[in-house]
Amino acid sequence: MKVANELTVRENTQENWLPLLELAMKEVFEIMLHAKLAPAADGQEVSPEFTAMVGLAGQLCGVLTLKCSTHAAVQMTSRMLGEGAEDTEQHVWDALGEICNMLAGNFKNKLTGMSSGCMLSVPTVVTGADYNLHSMADSGSMQVNMQFEGETITVTLEIQN
Amino acid sequence: MNNVRALIVDDSSVMRKIVERSLRQAGINLTEVQEAANGAEALTTLDNGGVDLILCDINMPVMDGIEFLRQVKDVQNAQGVPVVMITTEGSESNVVQALSIGARGYIRKPFTPEQVKEHVLPLLAQKK
Repeated sequence: MKVANELTVRENTQENWLPLLELAMKEVFEIMLHAKLAPAADGQEVSPEFTAMVGLAGQLCGVLTLKCSTHAAVQMTSRMLGEGAEDTEQHVWDALGEICNMLAGNFKNKLTGMSSGCMLSVPTVVTGADYNLHSMADSGSMQVNMQFEGETITVTLEIQN
Repeated sequence: MNNVRALIVDDSSVMRKIVERSLRQAGINLTEVQEAANGAEALTTLDNGGVDLILCDINMPVMDGIEFLRQVKDVQNAQGVPVVMITTEGSESNVVQALSIGARGYIRKPFTPEQVKEHVLPLLAQKK
């Protein structure tokens, strides 16, 4: 966790945010799912059958999305619920929304001075790949692709100035 | 720690299961676990009987964890029952606000069973 502490004391410039987003992602998966994430190979695209979204408002405005395949979504849910639990569709939506919520919360808590001034929305989960997402974010975006149990999962932060 | 009746308040059913599992992993023998999806449901649940420990999220629809903390003070069955917040809202102002209106502990998500143990066991020991 030394790395996290070192990173949080840096200036809050967007250039520094990508490693924090990656760290936030790794921590959530390690602590809550007992899963180690590895960087995804270049060009490895996710087939986004599930998309979880959490809005950020206040000092930092934007939307954080987590995209993954059905297989990855079910695996995440199983890991969260533990052995013997039933992976119903409701549980999968619930688990993905909660993971996205923790990612957004963990990320903003790493930004110096941002934690108090930024609120999170209740998560939304979209199923299916046939949709277009139109965010009002106008200050760019950053994306982290990671490997989870052989599947690529993508976390994107779109920022509104 | 034996015979503990817990009330877990979170709008995520998956998270409620994780909190319950973490309590058991912390060595707490839960004799009864009640669940509520928001603060209002939790207040209704408390009308039906006492509990020994409440673990509560903050960001929830209908009634959030902060409003629950304000209202639970007036519930007879909850007098002296420790409330520990478990939430992604980890800012210092959130912590200060929750603690100032009655929360006895504050755990940030993501959390480990060890963190749950560290926060909850001393409260249960004091209550006993």
